[in-house]
Amino acid sequence: MHEHQHRRRGLPVMQAAATSPPAAPALTGPPAPDAERITFPVTGMHCASCQARVQQALERAPGVRGATVNLMTEQATVAYDPAATTPEELLETVRSTGYGAELPSADRSAFEEQEAQDRSREAEYRRLRFRSLVSLGIGAVAMLLSMPLMGAGLHGATDPVMNWVMQTLEPTLRGVMPWLYAIPHGALRWALLGLTLLVMAWAGRHFYANAWAAFRHHSATMDTLVAVGTGAAFLFSAAVTLAPGWFAARGVAPDVYYEAVIIIVALVLLGNAFEARAKRRTAEALRGLAALQPLEATVVRDGREATVPLTSVRRGDTILVRPGERMPVDGEVLSGTSAVDESVLTGESLPVDKTPGSRVSSGTLNQAGALRIRATALGADSALGRIVTLMREAQGSRAPIQGLADRISGVFVPVVVSIAIATFVAWTLLGGDPVRALTAAVAVLIIACPCAMGLAVPTAVMVATGRGAELGVLIKGGEPLQRAADVDTVILDKTGTLTEGRPRVTEAALDDEAARLAAGLERGSEHPLARAIVAWAEERGLDLPAPDRFEARAGFGAVGVVAGRQVLVGSARLLEAEGVSPGAGPGAAERFAASGATPVLVAVDGEVRGAIALADRLKPTSRAAVARLHRLGLRVAMLTGDRRGAAEAIAREAGIDAVEAEVLPEGKLAYVTRLQAEGRVVAMVGDGVNDAPALARADVGVAMGAGADVAADAADVTLLRDDLHALADALGLARRTMGTMRQNLFWAFIYNVIGIPVAAGVLYPALGLLLSPVLASAAMAFSSVSVVTNSLRLRGFQGGMR
Amino acid sequence: MSAANWLVLLGGIAAITFVNWWFFRAGRTPVAATAAPTGGPQEVVVAVRGGYEPGSIRVRAGQPVRLVFDRQEDASCSEEVVFPDFGVRKFLPPFARTPVEFTPDKPGTYEFTCGMSMLRGRLVVE
Repeated sequence: MHEHQHRRRGLPVMQAAATSPPAAPALTGPPAPDAERITFPVTGMHCASCQARVQQALERAPGVRGATVNLMTEQATVAYDPAATTPEELLETVRSTGYGAELPSADRSAFEEQEAQDRSREAEYRRLRFRSLVSLGIGAVAMLLSMPLMGAGLHGATDPVMNWVMQTLEPTLRGVMPWLYAIPHGALRWALLGLTLLVMAWAGRHFYANAWAAFRHHSATMDTLVAVGTGAAFLFSAAVTLAPGWFAARGVAPDVYYEAVIIIVALVLLGNAFEARAKRRTAEALRGLAALQPLEATVVRDGREATVPLTSVRRGDTILVRPGERMPVDGEVLSGTSAVDESVLTGESLPVDKTPGSRVSSGTLNQAGALRIRATALGADSALGRIVTLMREAQGSRAPIQGLADRISGVFVPVVVSIAIATFVAWTLLGGDPVRALTAAVAVLIIACPCAMGLAVPTAVMVATGRGAELGVLIKGGEPLQRAADVDTVILDKTGTLTEGRPRVTEAALDDEAARLAAGLERGSEHPLARAIVAWAEERGLDLPAPDRFEARAGFGAVGVVAGRQVLVGSARLLEAEGVSPGAGPGAAERFAASGATPVLVAVDGEVRGAIALADRLKPTSRAAVARLHRLGLRVAMLTGDRRGAAEAIAREAGIDAVEAEVLPEGKLAYVTRLQAEGRVVAMVGDGVNDAPALARADVGVAMGAGADVAADAADVTLLRDDLHALADALGLARRTMGTMRQNLFWAFIYNVIGIPVAAGVLYPALGLLLSPVLASAAMAFSSVSVVTNSLRLRGFQGGMR
Repeated sequence: MSAANWLVLLGGIAAITFVNWWFFRAGRTPVAATAAPTGGPQEVVVAVRGGYEPGSIRVRAGQPVRLVFDRQEDASCSEEVVFPDFGVRKFLPPFARTPVEFTPDKPGTYEFTCGMSMLRGRLVVE
């Protein structure tokens, strides 16, 4: 470890042309808390004094900052200093008081809730499908039985389609089943009455039960419309069946509408079944994510491997993950090397190499070799678990555009019922035909579809947030989604978004021997610039000697002895301070600085040998991604602490429109505010830690590069992929989703606005057009399914290049 | 106009009046249930059956609220409960009790609805 003692975070950064602080990437993690909290179950407590004993024991234990024990929930919550104690010691403290304690097991609540919802939806779909198919079968029989009644010519079906069906089928039926026409009409009516009651009481029972329950609460739902519509048709038909003579005597045709009632119930059920299935599919992406976490893990305890359910895995356990298995927990690699496919979390298709010390996330796929990992986060605490929880919350939010639809839904049903009553009155008074009045009123009730309006926005939010997660883009809800669609300006915080966030050697004016010695000296340092120089020299195949003596000059560079030679690597000021005459070196250094790079001079035995240029390079995808943002019509600006020259060089290379250079951390917020004052809708992209205020201030705050640590609270959108294409995906998806929502709302409004008057018969005087209630029910079923289906099209949204 | 027609007209007007009164006017006076703060979160059981009972719940601001939704039906209308102001959308399994927990910080009246905004309830935070 001698070499290690030499290593220092020495800084050969040149003051003359500083790039952004190279230490920045180290700050991207969340700030280290000085106390950790843990909640674990305590068993065996029966009374308040037990609770007090456990609590006191915990409070007195070394390293404990505070403890609360809850008798009701049988849980202890302890804040402790991780440097002074461990969870295991805390458990031991509790056990020493005579009570039981265990580390918390993996909380699978987020996953289980999703599964429960899926099971319920699936069961509902099957039940609805079964009932609707049986009802349709009964409906077909009822149609047959009704033919002789209609064939009596007392009334024709009122809409053209039904008329045509009757006229086409009637003669055939009369030929095939003459006996049907021999049955007395009264008997047929009674048979139909029985069939209808059967369907209403079995398949359609919930319509009536729900409508009644809602009515008692002064609310009205979709079920109210179906129940009132079919109920009115049924009661009229039943009255005709009981007393046909009474109607005939008053000039009213003794027609019955049983087959219509049955078919309406069947079609509405069928529509609901399709809707349930389609709604299930809106959560498919989320379900896919939740299903990624294996239910079992191979735990290594006392040198033995055992496969145990995930719920009995504890934090700190050693877990074996074989090739082809998914990580059951978040953890740190203890031994083994492998390539891990993290595409499920990041959307990044290239596998990532893992070596001891690397972090792995649950749900990711181990491809190459067996890994032993130490579990650091389980279940709902794992990155995957947090993503699932976040997505469920996002899907629970609503978009502001829904406001109008909500206001309409709130009054929709009572208004439609009023229109239906008015329709009945108008047809009776003006048309003089109470039967036609009744069918028109029923058609109004049946065709009206509040569901389509209610589904228009939420289904689109569900599908879009789910599709986003598949692309490595977490959008925190409907409102951020809507704002993201309005963005016209994107501000990129340079480091870590556009650039790789670590310097590389871009150019060198240096002979191989000097390069070898300089890189050899830098082997003693862990500074990013030093590491970049070492990597560059190794790439060139140089054999690097270890330094015999190494001394860092913080902020300037390093001096030392390599292979018996006196070597200096650093800024011009370092060389001056060491009394080395600059010679020809500074010429190259100035040229490098002018191009936006950080120059580092190299001197050997008191003589300047040349200079190396280092720069934080653009990510390979940045240029293409910025071009994609431009194609979306966005103005792209860049913020950086770099000097203007360096900043402009990077901006030119990436195709950025505007550069704000030499910005201090506080200046980020001011810049966002300034652009907003110009009337721009701003998306600010940063790492979510160093620029949280600017992210929170922006119309849409986008955190990038946080990886699976969905930490960024200030962010509306978190990009799991470390690639600006993810930003273009997010904004593109948001725009497309808003388009879908508008289409859905337009369709749902226009459907009702046209459908209800047509069903009421406004076209009858001019065109003789009336809708039968059966056609109305088909249209209604189709309309809500079509809205959900339109939302599902968002699943096909394609992200950009990877 | 015949007597029968008059009857239809007046009956229709009466029916429309009743529908609008029943759904928009009647029953709007809230039956408030006040959550009993018993050390833990303020807890109220809300029955879900064609609506929310009680439909108006009074709670204290700044304290955790635990609403236990007891869904006594399987009508798909009520399968989710949404508190838009608190970012809560919770699936309620049929014939089961599902707790919804959050902490309202600011006093005010917040609406909660079913997944499709047809059923409504109110949360009065004081």
